[in-house]
Amino acid sequence: MSTKYKVILAISGTVGISIAAVYWLMGKNVAILNSKGTIADEQRDIIVFTTVLMLVIVLPVFALTAFVAWRYREGNSRAKYSPDWDHNRAIELLWWTLPLVIISILSVVAWRSSHDLDPFKPLSSTKEPVNIQAVALQWRWLFIYPDAGIASLNEVSFPIDRPINFSITADSPMNSFWIPQLGGQIYAMPGMTTKLHLQASEAGKYRGTSANISGSGFSRMTFEANAMSEDQFDEWTLTAVESAQSLNFESYDELAKPAIGQDVEYFQSSEGLYTHIIAKYVLPHQNGSSHEGASH
Amino acid sequence: MFGQIPSVISHLSLGHDPFTIGAQVMIFGGVLAVVLLLTIFRRWKWLWREWLTTVDPKKIGVMYILVALIMLLRGGADAMMMRIQQALSVGDSTGIISADTFQQVFSAHGTIMIFFVAMGLMFGLINWVVPLQIGARDVAFPFLNATSFWLFAAGAALINISLVVGEQFSAAGWLAYPPLSELAYSPGVGVDYWIWALQVAGIGSLLAGINFVVTILRMRRPGMNLMKMPMFTWSVLGAMTLVIFAFPILTATLSMLALDRTLGMHFFTADFGGNPMMYVNLIWAWGHPEVYILILPAFGIFSEVVSTFSRKRLFGYTSMVWAIWAIVFLSFIVWLHHFFTMGAGADVNAFFGIMTMVIAVPTGVKIFNWLFTMYRGRIRFTTPMLWFLGFIVIFTVGGMAGVLMSVPPADFQLHNSLFLVAHFHSMVIGGVLFGFWAGITYWFPKIFGFKLNERLGRYAFWSWLVGFLLAFVPLYILGLMGATRRLDNYDASLGWQQLFIVAGVGVAIIGVGIGFMALQLIYSIWKRHENRDTTGDPWGGRTLEWSVPSPPPEYNFAKITEANDRDAWWAIKQGKAQKPEDLPYTSIKVPKNTPYGLFIGGFSFLSAFGVIWHYWWLAGAAILAAAICFVIRSMDDDTERTLSAKHVEKLETERAAP
Repeated sequence: MSTKYKVILAISGTVGISIAAVYWLMGKNVAILNSKGTIADEQRDIIVFTTVLMLVIVLPVFALTAFVAWRYREGNSRAKYSPDWDHNRAIELLWWTLPLVIISILSVVAWRSSHDLDPFKPLSSTKEPVNIQAVALQWRWLFIYPDAGIASLNEVSFPIDRPINFSITADSPMNSFWIPQLGGQIYAMPGMTTKLHLQASEAGKYRGTSANISGSGFSRMTFEANAMSEDQFDEWTLTAVESAQSLNFESYDELAKPAIGQDVEYFQSSEGLYTHIIAKYVLPHQNGSSHEGASH
Repeated sequence: MFGQIPSVISHLSLGHDPFTIGAQVMIFGGVLAVVLLLTIFRRWKWLWREWLTTVDPKKIGVMYILVALIMLLRGGADAMMMRIQQALSVGDSTGIISADTFQQVFSAHGTIMIFFVAMGLMFGLINWVVPLQIGARDVAFPFLNATSFWLFAAGAALINISLVVGEQFSAAGWLAYPPLSELAYSPGVGVDYWIWALQVAGIGSLLAGINFVVTILRMRRPGMNLMKMPMFTWSVLGAMTLVIFAFPILTATLSMLALDRTLGMHFFTADFGGNPMMYVNLIWAWGHPEVYILILPAFGIFSEVVSTFSRKRLFGYTSMVWAIWAIVFLSFIVWLHHFFTMGAGADVNAFFGIMTMVIAVPTGVKIFNWLFTMYRGRIRFTTPMLWFLGFIVIFTVGGMAGVLMSVPPADFQLHNSLFLVAHFHSMVIGGVLFGFWAGITYWFPKIFGFKLNERLGRYAFWSWLVGFLLAFVPLYILGLMGATRRLDNYDASLGWQQLFIVAGVGVAIIGVGIGFMALQLIYSIWKRHENRDTTGDPWGGRTLEWSVPSPPPEYNFAKITEANDRDAWWAIKQGKAQKPEDLPYTSIKVPKNTPYGLFIGGFSFLSAFGVIWHYWWLAGAAILAAAICFVIRSMDDDTERTLSAKHVEKLETERAAP
């Protein structure tokens, strides 16, 4: 087979496989591109914009590589050969500046978006935010609703179009709290609080997960993020309150023992439980009954 | 105290699953086979004289690469196990191995591939090429060089012995973040094996870094000023400078983690005032420079390869040098991009994000310069050149992914996902490994005196390229689908399984590529008489390593000519520079062989083993023995022998007339 046919075969093969792959992906949930929340929308836009901007320089480089490699192959005696030509200030300056221009544009994007989409920054909204405290256990997720005095295991529910203020910690090795379709992740670390502000724009059940290895139950450490209407959320809160077992400092210690399982449970939670969990690491020898000294 | 010895033996256990047993059988079988072969062919003396006690960098380079290739098989087997696990372990299926074993497998895979494959190949190539390329007869500190290698080998041995004694390795990932890697969550010796394997090998790397910086700065050919150095040597100078600044951080960090685990301290624990975030910062303050330590020499190799096979001077030499040093500098102020998601403020994240993107500029400059080296050249598409073209494709795509993730809010979505995994494999396989394969093919005839078979080399290249794309394009997509890294199981409804199967097929094809490489090596040795390099310059080379016969004599150069051109050998060939023939023979000093490097490596191994198992008498005695070896060797003034001018002339004439 001549080289020409090999090249044609390779190109058409690649294009064919790519088309098939895209077609196949249409039927799938490509979570990060299929965003369902305000933060995730913006993050998706940044990903798409950055990729396109870089392709502006990368695609010509690929074309140039292919052309130069083909044109100046050894067998082509018609091509010019200048064995000692080894520098040219003007064109070298060109390729110091060209990437610099692209990077300058991206720097602006990076600076602005880092501030706009800072996970610690509360979202501006006319509506009251929902406060949720998330605790990464070994290897389950506990969600505490301090305002309603309830807690849920492996499931987090919230109304759509309302900011959700997550406070996140871990009673386990380091984890990372991530709901891909709603927005980017943040680490969950023992003895510390991180914050994440998200807002869902469409009702649905979204997959939440830990993104950072935390021991042998790590892969099963997923939860369901349940975005619903205000009415449904009120109903959900009520069901949780009614059906709940109580979760105080003692029964929490039982719950926090290493376990794997995605079963959903609801609790009435004691006040100050979240602070208590953080204080365990700050004041390791004290029994859990006092949480006054928990401030860092 | 010797009562503890039976307890070591009690830790010698047969594996609980077929994979561990298989690995154990391979280790024992391999060692047994080597011992038997050496005995049958009466090669023990030869092994001792020619290899174990050698201080010749060319031979040390061969040993580095040999260890690295053995470790590649182990790391590759780990990769295949991960791919099989992730292709099968869907929903209720648990796949082929338990979650804990799976986590040990990926921790071992990353550790082995970076520390013992990539670093080993890199130091091997540096040992082969740098002294020859700068026209020197040796490295600055030959004994230190041997010691570096034996410490590296001791680290590799510790990782392998973890499969047999104690039968566990760290399950905390290749960088072992605390608190997971602390005693509270990782009891047992797994993490200790990880710490001490890296600690021992890391000290070897630091010593090698110092050695090569001094070699390059002090041992160059007269006339070869810095701006006349070959580009590979420049890239090595950059990389070794990074080693000197970065590896002490690794040593200190690992020491603190070891103190936490062994003596109950609290540098990085979650409680008692320890701070795991400090560990994450420190490990990446080493870890990010580390990836540039690996990629810079690969860039250097491509500079040599592209110039030689385009039969043209390297384009934009000055730009290339500045690009290397820009990368060296920038690589120390980007470490935080590995954990944008740890909750630093927006200013901090943005600063590190922008610094990260800036690295794309000097990297882009290098790519353009290579393209313009090819432009108006006469390109021969040998296998090293194919590796270069494959590198351009994969590395550029991987680089794009890297710049994308340097925008912090984009990283929040892509961090810890398989997109990230695909990105750094693009850099480390498509960049580092492809570069080293090109370098090994390119310099192989110089070291062994015959070329590798081209056809099998091409088969290997195409298998690697196609295998890579099949293995890692699906991971980019899976990352966008929200798949995190390190999953031993996932839900069937996510629709990820087909992509994982494709990725598994890709890794199998890379395995075929490794098979072709093995075949290429065996076939080339078998047919070595047909591919012999009788000229010393098989490719039409440009730099000084091609001015001596292949393989070079132990003293490399019989005569030291002046080097007044970047392409010093090309200039000699063109009649523009002093020829060796014009100079008289002189006497040459060569270092004597010494076993003390091997001894220090061996005692370091025992000492680390003692610490891992808390046999303090062993740890103490072995480290004392290593120190005594060091002192004895330092007091020895008789470390060189002199070859008279007559003797050199005789050797050279014999060589010229076979």
